[in-house]
Amino acid sequence: MSVGPQAAWLPDGRRLHLNHGPIDLIVDADGPAREAALAGAQTRFATLLSTLVQDLPALRRPIADAPVAADPVARRMIEAAAPHAATFVTPMAAVAGAVADEMLRALRAAGPLRRAYVNNGGDIAVHLAEGETFRALGPAGELRIEAGDAARGIATSGRGGRSHSLGIADAVTVAARSAAAADVAATLIANAVDLPGHPAVQRRPARDLSPDSDLGERPATTGLGFLSEAEVALALARGAACARGMQDRGLILEAALSLRGQVVAIPRPALVGRRQPQALPA
Amino acid sequence: MSAGDKIRCDACPVMCYIAPGKAGACDRYANEDGRIIRCDPLTLLDRRLAKGDEVKPFLAAEWDGRTASGDDLVVSAIGAGTTYPDYKPAPFIVSRDIEGVDCVTVVTEAIFSYCGVKVKIDTDRHLGAEAATVRHQGEPVGHVTTAEYGSRMLSLGGVDHLTGGSKAEGRRTCEALLALCGKQAVELSIDDGADLIVQAGRAPVVDGEREARMRVGCGSAAIGMFAVQWKDHVDEVVVVDDHITGVVSEHQAGKVIGWPDTGIRIRGRRSTPGRYFGVAAPGLGWGGTDIDDPLAILDRWRPEKGARPGLSLLMVSTTGEHAAYFVLNEALEPEPRPMPAPLRESVDLIARNCEPALCTVLFMGGAGGSLRSGVTRDPIALTRSVQEARTRVTIGGAPVHVWPGGGITVMVDVAQVPDGAFGSVPTPALVAPLEFTVAREEYLRLGGHASAVRELADVVRSGGEYVAQARVIGSGG
Repeated sequence: MSVGPQAAWLPDGRRLHLNHGPIDLIVDADGPAREAALAGAQTRFATLLSTLVQDLPALRRPIADAPVAADPVARRMIEAAAPHAATFVTPMAAVAGAVADEMLRALRAAGPLRRAYVNNGGDIAVHLAEGETFRALGPAGELRIEAGDAARGIATSGRGGRSHSLGIADAVTVAARSAAAADVAATLIANAVDLPGHPAVQRRPARDLSPDSDLGERPATTGLGFLSEAEVALALARGAACARGMQDRGLILEAALSLRGQVVAIPRPALVGRRQPQALPA
Repeated sequence: MSAGDKIRCDACPVMCYIAPGKAGACDRYANEDGRIIRCDPLTLLDRRLAKGDEVKPFLAAEWDGRTASGDDLVVSAIGAGTTYPDYKPAPFIVSRDIEGVDCVTVVTEAIFSYCGVKVKIDTDRHLGAEAATVRHQGEPVGHVTTAEYGSRMLSLGGVDHLTGGSKAEGRRTCEALLALCGKQAVELSIDDGADLIVQAGRAPVVDGEREARMRVGCGSAAIGMFAVQWKDHVDEVVVVDDHITGVVSEHQAGKVIGWPDTGIRIRGRRSTPGRYFGVAAPGLGWGGTDIDDPLAILDRWRPEKGARPGLSLLMVSTTGEHAAYFVLNEALEPEPRPMPAPLRESVDLIARNCEPALCTVLFMGGAGGSLRSGVTRDPIALTRSVQEARTRVTIGGAPVHVWPGGGITVMVDVAQVPDGAFGSVPTPALVAPLEFTVAREEYLRLGGHASAVRELADVVRSGGEYVAQARVIGSGG
């Protein structure tokens, strides 16, 4: 009953929807090479998941074990997780962003584009030529990336997403160098928004929820009861500290954390935000 | 749950192991009772399917070609993912291509802060006094309200319990409402009254006993229905009822067929001939009274009015659940005797004419505020259109009753709403799927988001932006 990769135009006739298994991509590109770029993206997508899954056993191991993989998406995942080896994290934390990055690479390989993006369920890889801007709505309002910014990836993580969170954040949105980097960072910041031992936080071993989970027996959040405003603020402060640490290490550009209507923004540093964009990993 | 119950999904190369009741990494395929089923965010209800029909998954490629534009297919909000606050058009009338914004990464759900359930419990038993507090896990979640024919009524939830009381009260209220709307069993206790287990579509359990039958009528009504059948087999019949206890020899229904006096005397307040109020206190015994011995409601028999040794007496409750046969001795005291077969048949007839006792649950909520702005830019126009029946409202595809007057306050029988349709948020409040169905011209007249209108066939074919396929499930009707 396996269903292969599928491609369809969204009703606007402009954006392409690619689906295979758990991957859903919304892809758009503007510029001289648009047609070739979208065709190239479909070609790349046809084999993307089938080769990636061969590395899944390695990708479910903690990054501290230095897992090795051959697949290009798998290698992006490992690369994105590597700077966080001091914490428990597996390359799986970067899977959605890494897929978006790899697909954006395929888009760009076809020729010059003014603007392109690959949105993998909220984890977004962006290409911007000079003068172009990308805007997305997130929990803290609009998030804007301009061509001069260092960031080319946006990711959102939190409770209630497709993957299990160890924390209680409603949503953490991060802008970083790549979608994979943003994805890992958002995951870890969302994990850090937490109130360990609080009775209103319901948790179950991740493996009970998904037998394959890379989180193993670690307690994934399954429900959240009432929290006082002070408790919400405390949980967000823990996440914000984690986010600032990442920002200090140059791992993220900016972040916004939300829980129960409270939002904490970690804005981009005033002087570092407008550097020349760094090239995406090929 | 044992690890052995997990099953491997072969829908895509990831080949997830999926635990029972859970979905795979894609959120599209799930393990339901050991089978892989599709569980897409977009749900279509096919009203042609019989009630209780199985989930009928299909892939777009296997779409059987039936037109989806007919009246039989309803696009439901279940799992559609509505927006709150509703600063952009609701799903499936939204392109998500908002002015100047390329993507929306966070969507949440529409919330009923003002909502509750009305529970009808088919029983004659006394559950609690009117206005008595109903509790769930010790917290007040509602109250006993006005009794209806053969039924006791509870009003649960509402904004005062959800958010107006303590946090524990709000949480317990939300849990109870969600479970009741999800057709699950909920334990309730009534102050100075009964402990209940209530579940939509099931018989109520009162103080540990499952109620079987709804009474055929009050004691007086039962006399009217069965007097003729008793006439040649017994000298007197008393139908014991908490509300109106009937006595056939005195009752109009007995008089018209020439039933002779028996000298019986009932302890209670006579309403009209043969009809007595307050023969006993309310309770869980005969006919919703607190008595276990029916003779307790009888006073001394009067020979001057026809009482005599050998006179026979049938006492029966309004459901036929309790019945006893007596014969007066020389001292004019009733003595229990085996019930003659013809009378046993009449008791069984009462029981057979009782409908099964059920709990029924109506969800009631108000769809006001910002929710409407997701549908149209002119919210008051939508309210008026609903009130004038030009816009039809459904919850999970189930028909609703729209309460007259201001706002959009609706009631729906939760039994008609597909499983899993209701959810909750920690506010606490319930989340319920709500659909507005309207002709395109009317929708545009209302100031609807014209650019976001999509053909139904297109929704079926391609679903939402993140959904390639849809499923059809049975919804009754």
